[in-house]
Amino acid sequence: MDMALPIVNATTAALARVSAAFNAPLARAVVFGVHIDGHLVVEGLLIAVIVFQLSRKSYKPPKKPLSEKEVDELCDEWEPEPLCPPVKERSHIDPAILESAAGPHTTIEGKEVVNFASANYLGLIGNEKLIDSCVGSLEKYGVGSCGPRGFYGTIDVHLDCEAKIANFLGTPDSILYSYGISTIFSVIPAFCKKGDIIVADEGVHWAVQNGLYLSRSTVVYFKHNDMASLASTLEKLTRGNKRTEKIRRYIVVESIYQNSGQIAPLDEIVKLKEKYLFRVILEESHSFGVLGKSGRGLAEHYGVPIDKIDIITAGMGNALATDGGFCTGSARVVDHQRLSSAGYVFSASLPPYLASAAVSAVNYLEENPSVLANLRSNVALLHTGLSDTPGLEISSHVLSPIVFLKLKKSTGSLATDLDLLETIAEQVSSDGL
Amino acid sequence: RVEGSEEDGEAPVPVTALTTLFSYGLLFAFGHFRDFFRRILDAGKSSNLKGYAPICLGYEDFYTRRLYLRIQDCFGRPIASAPDAWFDVVERHSNDGNKTLQRTTKTSKCLNLGSYNYLGFAAADEYCTPRVIESLKKYSASTCSARVDGGNTKLHTELEELVARFVGKPAAILFGMGYVTNSAIIPILIGKGGLIVSDSLNHISIVNGARGSGATVRVFQHNNPAHLEDVLREQIAGGQPRTHRPWKKIIVIVEGIYSMEGELCNLPEIMAVCKKYKAYTYLDEAHSIGAVGKTGRGVCELLGVDPADVDIMMGTFTKSFGSCGGYIAASKEIIHHLKHACPAHIYATSMSPPAVQQVISAIKVVLGEDGSNRGISGRI
Repeated sequence: MDMALPIVNATTAALARVSAAFNAPLARAVVFGVHIDGHLVVEGLLIAVIVFQLSRKSYKPPKKPLSEKEVDELCDEWEPEPLCPPVKERSHIDPAILESAAGPHTTIEGKEVVNFASANYLGLIGNEKLIDSCVGSLEKYGVGSCGPRGFYGTIDVHLDCEAKIANFLGTPDSILYSYGISTIFSVIPAFCKKGDIIVADEGVHWAVQNGLYLSRSTVVYFKHNDMASLASTLEKLTRGNKRTEKIRRYIVVESIYQNSGQIAPLDEIVKLKEKYLFRVILEESHSFGVLGKSGRGLAEHYGVPIDKIDIITAGMGNALATDGGFCTGSARVVDHQRLSSAGYVFSASLPPYLASAAVSAVNYLEENPSVLANLRSNVALLHTGLSDTPGLEISSHVLSPIVFLKLKKSTGSLATDLDLLETIAEQVSSDGL
Repeated sequence: RVEGSEEDGEAPVPVTALTTLFSYGLLFAFGHFRDFFRRILDAGKSSNLKGYAPICLGYEDFYTRRLYLRIQDCFGRPIASAPDAWFDVVERHSNDGNKTLQRTTKTSKCLNLGSYNYLGFAAADEYCTPRVIESLKKYSASTCSARVDGGNTKLHTELEELVARFVGKPAAILFGMGYVTNSAIIPILIGKGGLIVSDSLNHISIVNGARGSGATVRVFQHNNPAHLEDVLREQIAGGQPRTHRPWKKIIVIVEGIYSMEGELCNLPEIMAVCKKYKAYTYLDEAHSIGAVGKTGRGVCELLGVDPADVDIMMGTFTKSFGSCGGYIAASKEIIHHLKHACPAHIYATSMSPPAVQQVISAIKVVLGEDGSNRGISGRI
């Protein structure tokens, strides 16, 4: 307390002197008639200091690009990964080598086996009429077509085939592709660009997924073959979005799913499509020549008029026993693809003998609709025969020509499941299947 | 240095350029003018697709409607015979100003300078055709299944071995279409975290494959090894974009003969650059296999590059061998990996057996193994 008092007195005296100095008007500091007070000097000094600091360059660490020697060192140090991963022993697929046509009975290693693996739904492999038309084509046109469609690769059999398919299905026109899977992954990017909306089924096969990826549009998946999920997805996408004129919207489904054997309910899809104004792209590889009273596909099976489906694509490597694919729809749809579909414009056309095989196959189907009844009875027979196998159940639709056998109870891991299925397959093949 | 690869095309004379651009500009303006009136006239009409966005928005198909349709009869001309040296071109006429073209039954015999029939195997051939017909009768036109399911015949395995032997690599794998070969293989070889350096004039199948793989794509100037070296140095030093982590692998994609320019690739120098920077090389020989080189083995033989140096060699059978399909030839491990991982091999229909037989016979003729000397006596 005793020491604090003098300190306090000294501080107060100092403060009094400072405030007196500040508040004392400087009688001589009158510039241009303005009376300058002391505090103005301090403010002026502060402003000068701020301006000085701002005008100095801020410290940035200097940018040094890499010198040539450093780049050399980096390039020497860099080690790439091997081009392919090391061979894993368990992933060894050894496909059987066929020694005769892939018909219902075929020869493997000298033994005759029953062929359940090829998609020869109508039994047209080895058909006399088909082979004769192919031989005629081969002798007249040779094997390959040696050119893209735009530059002398269009042979009159191609045009005949397109007209025949369009006639068969009841559409204005169709367009041929040279390979089955390239059809769908060229069609989707030709119509769907960045910014469009596509609603696709979860279970579509690889080629469709590739097409969806290449199109760079926004893709929304709905649960496999579940119409309620489709309806709610469509509702969510269109709610509040009134600009329908500017954004193209598509639904992509397969008629018979290659990965599960289910059949898409086309009548409900068409109802939803008309309600929410989406266009439908239907992939009919496995149902063309299979479903419907005369084999005209899913639209005939459900009794839906064919012009309600905007784009139908199919690969001809299944029921028609030839190769290649086609796409059909309105004239506008088909014309657009002739210039903007990558797999059509930038690739050689279908070999002419395969096109004439397709024409004869469609002719045969038109003249003998009994082959469809044969197919259906075969599938039914297989279903009844396999339905009471212990441990396995049939998970595909009863009309689907691809029959899927699923393990009733999984052993818990994918690897042991695959091993079990391998053993079943080997056992069955040694019995002549 | 390959002769002729350095020649520049002559730059057009200014008057020519100006008049061409003027004509094009006139057509362009005229097209816009007609579109404008079409839109006014159509505003009153209603169509039954109200509410749907049209197939082509705005000016996406302006070129097709207003410019291409005028000259449509030059493209897509159908022929009525094999694409041999002389062929029959079907005449077409139009009733509605070139919008649609109808076929007539008249044909005119023309000299064919337009097909990819490099070795003359397109039409019926004395050695190939009888064998093709025999294989057609034995194996039928198609196998209707994928290679791994039941589409693998003796012919396919024979052709794979033959192609590998012809090209000079240990093993090969076949595909049914050349376009699919590129777009399905490149995503298997490289993925996210990799770098693809491709020539600026590469074919669209390579572009699609590169885009579909998810890797970063950089382009180098056409046939310019110096620019390729610059791009490689910059990319290896910089690493992946944004994270700057080192690249997982780098693939350089070039073609043997470029289809739009007709130029040969500058292969020895590009190979030297790739070796120096440890990048893998992918050579697309769609047009050059069978057509160049002393024995038809492609651009490697012509330019003196060892096939063992190129990591992956791709080619198609459509051009020189008069068939359809494509192949990839590489080391045994890579082919083994592709056979197990490539979706085009696992899901797609296998190559048609008569087409396979055609290629086998054609290669045998070129190699001289058919007993004649058609292959050795120069280009057939």
